[in-house]
Amino acid sequence: MQEENTNSPRLQALAPALPVVLGYLPIGFAYGVLAINAGLTPFETIAMSIVVYAGSAQLMVVSLFAAGLNPFSIIATTFVVNLRHLLMSASLAPYMERWKKSQVAAFCYELTDESFGVHSLRFARGENAAPQSISINLTCQMAWVVGTILGALAGGLIQDVKPFALDYALPAMFIALLVLQIKNKLHLLVAAAGGLLSIGLWLGHVTQWNVILATVLAATLGAGVETWTNKQRS
Amino acid sequence: MDQQTTVLITLLGMGLVTYLPRLLPAWFLRGRELPPFLVAWLRYVPVAVLAALLLPSLLVQNGQLALHWNNLYLWAAVPAVFVAWKKKSMFLTVLVGMAVVALARLVFGL
Repeated sequence: MQEENTNSPRLQALAPALPVVLGYLPIGFAYGVLAINAGLTPFETIAMSIVVYAGSAQLMVVSLFAAGLNPFSIIATTFVVNLRHLLMSASLAPYMERWKKSQVAAFCYELTDESFGVHSLRFARGENAAPQSISINLTCQMAWVVGTILGALAGGLIQDVKPFALDYALPAMFIALLVLQIKNKLHLLVAAAGGLLSIGLWLGHVTQWNVILATVLAATLGAGVETWTNKQRS
Repeated sequence: MDQQTTVLITLLGMGLVTYLPRLLPAWFLRGRELPPFLVAWLRYVPVAVLAALLLPSLLVQNGQLALHWNNLYLWAAVPAVFVAWKKKSMFLTVLVGMAVVALARLVFGL
């Protein structure tokens, strides 16, 4: 990412977090508004952004909280919705070989879809220093929590977040992260397979597991084609 | 148990079931020699998972498939993809995507 031009090296190290910050402030805000309107207290609303820190799961359980508190179903839903991070964590694992255990523990606490997208690009370029990676994550979560606090404060005043296009921050971040990942035709094929399988499974009523299943199948397709073409060449 | 305690336990439970899948693969797989196929497989996870997250976020609205002409999310994806592809900037992509949606709502009342 070349658009950031700051003179301080410390700020420059955080530059990869900037687009995520731009996205997390409005989504955090939207979550804060929805949570307050669903009847959560400001403390619970903000605590969830600190303790759980997973956008789509948080937005989803807000409606479960509103429907009446059933701790087991809320925790189970969160588990299934967030299980995809398993794959992201595994995919970044090779780059954390030399990290301290405490660094791995701190980094993984703040591993989200978007921070994963940013780090998988950085790590592939060889930029996998632990302190910088953890600082980027901290910056992202701070934006998420600040957005939540502002949303919780505004919650009583705003009913609809649509006029501000806050709801489009998430798709826009996914678009950017995906397009930046695509380097060749096989990537394009895997992306098409992943997206279509995810929608197809969703239409087939596999509404919680669709992302994980589609990811596993599409990545297998990519690795399969890659292995096969390598064999053909040798 | 009172309401406040139940909520706190729920939040902690949510935190735990979110943290463990984020931590355990990195914790156990790093520094380990993996079979070549698995290494190749892991390299396709980012593209696969981001696409699997993106398409439903564009096409599913209010719990229904929204494959129609006035799906603003789809239209806004066109300039967003273009900016991401040409400028290689996540920041600009998010900015353009949100600006297009806000503008379209203002002008067309979608």
